[in-house]
Amino acid sequence: MNGASDALLLGAVRRVGATTLFLGQVLARIGPALARPGLIVRQIYNAGARSLVIIILSGMFVGMVLGLLGFDVFQRFGSEDYVGVLAALGNLKVLGPVLTALLFAGRAGTSLTSEIGLMKSTEQLTAMQMMAVDPVRYVVVPRFLGGFIAMPLLTATFTMIALFGAQLIGVQQMGVDSGAYWSQTQNAVHLHDVWEGVVKSLVFGVAVSLVAVYEGYHSEPTPEGVGLATTRTVVISSVLVLVLNYLLTAAFLTTK
Amino acid sequence: MRYAIGGRAIFDGLDVTARRGRITAFMGPSGTGKTTLLRLITGQVYAERGSVRVFGAEVATLSLKELFAMRRRMGMLFQNGALLTDLDVYENVAFPLRAHTDLPESLVRHLVLTKLHSVGLRGAARLMPAELSGGMARRVALARAIVMDPDILIYDEPFVGLDPISMGVICRLIKQMNEALGITSIVVSHDVHELATIAHDSYLLSEGRVVASGTPDELNHSEIPAVRQFMGGLADGPVPFHFPASDYRSELLDSDEALP
Repeated sequence: MNGASDALLLGAVRRVGATTLFLGQVLARIGPALARPGLIVRQIYNAGARSLVIIILSGMFVGMVLGLLGFDVFQRFGSEDYVGVLAALGNLKVLGPVLTALLFAGRAGTSLTSEIGLMKSTEQLTAMQMMAVDPVRYVVVPRFLGGFIAMPLLTATFTMIALFGAQLIGVQQMGVDSGAYWSQTQNAVHLHDVWEGVVKSLVFGVAVSLVAVYEGYHSEPTPEGVGLATTRTVVISSVLVLVLNYLLTAAFLTTK
Repeated sequence: MRYAIGGRAIFDGLDVTARRGRITAFMGPSGTGKTTLLRLITGQVYAERGSVRVFGAEVATLSLKELFAMRRRMGMLFQNGALLTDLDVYENVAFPLRAHTDLPESLVRHLVLTKLHSVGLRGAARLMPAELSGGMARRVALARAIVMDPDILIYDEPFVGLDPISMGVICRLIKQMNEALGITSIVVSHDVHELATIAHDSYLLSEGRVVASGTPDELNHSEIPAVRQFMGGLADGPVPFHFPASDYRSELLDSDEALP
């Protein structure tokens, strides 16, 4: 290996280490932070409720595309009844959690990073420390928890809307029999598949929220620094979500 | 005390004292490390060598808990106010009370409104920080800094960018806090004339050390060239106005030469 790739690898390892240590700091303060639930509820609103429009819109169109794709593929084999199975399994296991996490990183993750970064650059975090108040507890933990709690709720919303969108195309537009559509879906989808989606959304919730608060808290306190940190949040959390998705999909397949 | 960043000494052999119950001013040209001095006093950074003592305790040896306990006895006014932008004026001032005490809401309200009234902004209690002018934000920050009744108040450039009325109000408030409540005040600024009206003791810092100290009046009548230059606002003198550069004439005339 040459010097440049050594430095890149070292930087990546250092970042993983620092983020893990930061996660430790965050987890250690969750107990005390729960004493002020109002702060957490506000962050669930900021990260969750404010992402609803984009999640609903995206879920609808993803579901409709799955309906079209499913119909296109299955009609070649004369098994259009399976459109619902593809839409349900695809959304529950992969598309729901992954796309929600990617959209969340772009909508709420960037907002978390830039908000904390700007608080840092305007000395608000230092002011807290000067008031003997721990900014990790008051600023970081409520935002982390808000993101972590919002993610599964948004994933559930995305998945339900996508299922609705798929049946809208499959049943209402393409004319697949409604009874066959839903009975095939019911037969094919097991609790194990639902759990896969739930576990993924929880893991993605931790990953994206952690990256967002870490990047904000450790951003350079300059306009350029906050901008770079916001970009890093999108890039790192998106790649992380895709990698984790692969690992979790493989893990669930082997434990089936 | 010595403090350096990346091998470059900000302070080397600095020896200063802010006495209890007095207003001590630290003056000096921009870039002298005045704000860094406040960061050293408040334990945000530590001296490389030497000692920084607050309330008789060595700051560098304090645990995080002890450091926070020390800071609870301090109030700090930041240059830009550093108000929490997601809270309104009232909640900003109430913030330290809510974080450190279990006072009933009626008492919190009483304390917050009293402090806001003392800075003339009781009527602005429900405004958000974005709706305040720079001077108002700094007055709210002052109300927040005194809400816990600190023993020491630290002001970082309290006069920068203020109109004459706000400047006069802040000056008067600093003096009042000191006289009425006996608060020890540390003021960092380069506004010589404002400081002269309120400070009991002054230090003039330049290039990491004390150039002169005494009462503002003594500094005004000092014969030391650097002090005369600073107090009189003169461009020529021992404190260089220009950042080190190559020869002016040759750089202008030699157009092919790249910028250093």
